[in-house]
Amino acid sequence: MRWLDKLRMRTEMLFQRGRAAGRLDDELRFHLDQQIAENLAAGMSEDEARHAALREFGNPAALRDQARETWSWNVVESALRDVRIGARTLLRAPGFAVIAVGVMALCIGAATSLFTVTRSVLLRPLPFRDPERLVMIYEHFRDPASNAQGFNYNSVAPADYYDWRARTRGFEDMAAWRYWQFNLTGEHGELPELVGARGGSWNLFPLLGVRAALGRTFTESEDRTDGNAVMLTWSIFERRFGGDPSMVGRQIHLDGKPYTVVGVLPKWFTYPDAKVQLWVPYESGLPPEIVSHHDYHFTRVVARLRSGVSLTSALSQVEAVQYQEHLQNLHAPVAEDVASKTLIQDLAQDVKKPLVILLCAVACMLLIGCLNVANLMVARSAARQKEIAIRSALGARRITLIREQLIESLLVSTAGGAAGVLLSLAATKWLATTWTDLPSARNIYGDGTVLAFACALTFAAALLAGLLPAISSTGKGAIASLQASSRSAAGSQSRTALRKLLLTVEIATTVVLLIAAGLLLKSFVRLRMTDVGCATENVLTMSYSLPAKAYDSPEKVNAFNETLLKQVRVMPGVRAVALGSMMPGVGAGEDNVFSIHEHPPIAPGTPSPDALYRTADPEYFSALQIPLLKGRFFTSNDRAGRPKTVIISRLLAQQYFPGEDPLGKHLHVVPYGNADYEIVGVVADTLYQVGQPAMPTMYFPVLNGRGDVRGFTLAVRTASDPLAFSIPIQKQIAALDPELPVSDVLTMQQILERSLGNASLSASLVLAFALLSLMLASVGLYGVLSYLTTQRTGEIGVRMALGAERGQVLRLVLGDGLRPALYGLVLGLATSAGAVRLIESMLYGTKPLDPAIFAAVAATLLVVAAMACMVPAWRASRIDPMQALRTE
Amino acid sequence: MGKPSDLVQGTLDLLILKTLSTEARHGWAIAKRIQQLSGEVLQVQQGSLYPALHRLEQQGWIKAKWMESETGRQAKFYSLTTAGRSQLEKETASWERLSGAINLIVQEG
Repeated sequence: MRWLDKLRMRTEMLFQRGRAAGRLDDELRFHLDQQIAENLAAGMSEDEARHAALREFGNPAALRDQARETWSWNVVESALRDVRIGARTLLRAPGFAVIAVGVMALCIGAATSLFTVTRSVLLRPLPFRDPERLVMIYEHFRDPASNAQGFNYNSVAPADYYDWRARTRGFEDMAAWRYWQFNLTGEHGELPELVGARGGSWNLFPLLGVRAALGRTFTESEDRTDGNAVMLTWSIFERRFGGDPSMVGRQIHLDGKPYTVVGVLPKWFTYPDAKVQLWVPYESGLPPEIVSHHDYHFTRVVARLRSGVSLTSALSQVEAVQYQEHLQNLHAPVAEDVASKTLIQDLAQDVKKPLVILLCAVACMLLIGCLNVANLMVARSAARQKEIAIRSALGARRITLIREQLIESLLVSTAGGAAGVLLSLAATKWLATTWTDLPSARNIYGDGTVLAFACALTFAAALLAGLLPAISSTGKGAIASLQASSRSAAGSQSRTALRKLLLTVEIATTVVLLIAAGLLLKSFVRLRMTDVGCATENVLTMSYSLPAKAYDSPEKVNAFNETLLKQVRVMPGVRAVALGSMMPGVGAGEDNVFSIHEHPPIAPGTPSPDALYRTADPEYFSALQIPLLKGRFFTSNDRAGRPKTVIISRLLAQQYFPGEDPLGKHLHVVPYGNADYEIVGVVADTLYQVGQPAMPTMYFPVLNGRGDVRGFTLAVRTASDPLAFSIPIQKQIAALDPELPVSDVLTMQQILERSLGNASLSASLVLAFALLSLMLASVGLYGVLSYLTTQRTGEIGVRMALGAERGQVLRLVLGDGLRPALYGLVLGLATSAGAVRLIESMLYGTKPLDPAIFAAVAATLLVVAAMACMVPAWRASRIDPMQALRTE
Repeated sequence: MGKPSDLVQGTLDLLILKTLSTEARHGWAIAKRIQQLSGEVLQVQQGSLYPALHRLEQQGWIKAKWMESETGRQAKFYSLTTAGRSQLEKETASWERLSGAINLIVQEG
């Protein structure tokens, strides 16, 4: 029954503490009265009896406290008391509280958001079976020029993949997938739609450990070039087919051909990205000869490491196989080596670096925020010096005083942390939608770990911001301030030194952030100003893909394209129209190796020349304002069945025809008909992607009737707002073929913006953090200096009374504030010189040690610091000496 | 001599429990009783007595009740609980073992 008594006692102590306290007083008073009564009985006088009893009794307040300490919940009670005192002190200076909480909320919120993204993208395991054993394997070319162009992780050729899978033992299994897209047409006149798709080998889903939500995944016998099975992703299943389970087993039409739906993938499955709508078997729809090629690089290989086998040894087997392939195909671009990435890394490829940089930036800002709050606390504890001195003289233990101050900073950071977590919810959402590089296969959301992270951050911030000032203000010197006059109280040297040290660190960190932001911003501006080499104003582009079933001959394809061009060209307001496979700025697209008929064959083992593959209509170059350097443009005679012609870019001419005239020479291109193409023209270079160097490019006539290229992009240069033409042109296309979907209706400006978007995001985020830090640092500087000046009012008064000029006083105070700023600046510049290496690879056309940025940051910081110091300094120089001395 | 701090740690608890084993008493009476029974050798200071009483109460060894005292005033009377009684037996036993052992050594010397 004892636990029952204890429980009753505990509840009583929790809910009836006030009553219990009253009872304790009664009990002690009864004891005292009994003692007095006894003393009276022993013959003492009333006064004597009372005094003797009190003497024996001791300090009633202490006794009461001692008794109370035995009560349960005492820890809670004293913590509550501390919180109450802390809250009261904070509310007494609401300005300080609001600023400190706001600073903490911003810093913790930003850090939590970025951590949420990091965790979702880089840390949380993928939702597959044993995800840590999944790797992507790529082909790897040894030639440094290829590496520089990003071919060190090259897509795999199908024959290589089949060889790896058949001839190595280090992996449980390997699966393959490739990009694909289909024109999905409806049976009952629904709108046609261009859908993103992937071709996945039959063993891909079992290898990942993914089961179909409805139906089944592919079988081995379906994975053939004439296979016609299809799996729906959950998104298209819900959106287009109304989530009807009877879809499984039915047929849908892709590019005009019937495919049977065998299954529906689960809702969570968004690999490799959320835009994928359909999966077909890997080989399905591939020309049979391509499957046995070693130099058509379009496949991604996912492999599952066998347990107990190291990745290095498993890869070395694959490497050995690949090197044999290389030796057997010396004239084709077959890589020597392989390279691997974990599946997580592979998905997060483009965001890891910016994410790390943003995390560093936000950590810097958090540090500055904490230092600033610490600085404010030091200022306040200095103002409360007398109070602390009196309390420690009256016996308050140092630990109690430190605890009180810590609780104050804990209150600030808890409030800041709570607001920060709310803020981060919104910020994370914003980041997830704005940052298009984030892999859409990963859902960005906070979880327990993120919350724990925010809490840990809050406590760390509280400790950092509270401990330093608390320890310094309660040290041995605390009581000294009681003995000293108010004048010397200001001179507590160590505390002033501490504040200046905090400021120096704060300013140094700000400088590092500012320099990083400056460099990123400059490189962004550079990116923006890049000339892609073609018309970008008033250009509308749109793409379509002619399905093989309805357009089964080059004549039909050409007829459609030529009719469309003719109709669009006569539309009012249209200046010029270009038609080609791709427009500049939208990406690398297809590239092919070639040889030059007139040149001796290249030595086996050296990499074959390689160039981007484009098609262009006769007016492509003039419409896009790409200048002709030599020869001629295409004419409508450059088409299927005529002598084969090609136009090359300046870079191709320069690299492969140095010192000779390329016109009249012939490029030999293997994949498409294995034929020679006569070079008829040389045009200026264009960039396939903003921020990437130009690549040699070959343009073939769009009317060449190549059977397997069915995707076309139309570019229309207009007299006025190009977007106004998008509907009329789409109507023209629909009039020609109502089953043809149009995609990517974008102006050239929008295409360029899209590739700049992510660079602009990281640059502007880092800049925002840096500006915020600059503001915090200048507020800190201002605060410290104003405080110091107030403390030195008396001293300044004496100086002025003794004949110091106002100018001298101004210089004195200014120097006091600018010194830590200067130290911080030097420290920050030195740190930056090292830290910029981290962002070097993200810079475009900007050197990491850009002197202009370093100088601009130094100047900005000095100006801001001078402004922050000016006000207190000027105020000090206005001090009326008589007034100052009298208030002593 | 006789200051509570000199008491062997935990002995005060034993004394209080023992004093309460016969009847319920208030704090002052407990102190008086210990003083009396020890022949004025042991004087329990209030600074130790009340924290000890409250601790014992929190632990459920003793329970308190407000009753009228001999002078007619309300006072807080403490009495043993069942758990307290068995605790008293345990503490008495261990005290006897301890003091016996100490005696053996002291008398040997």
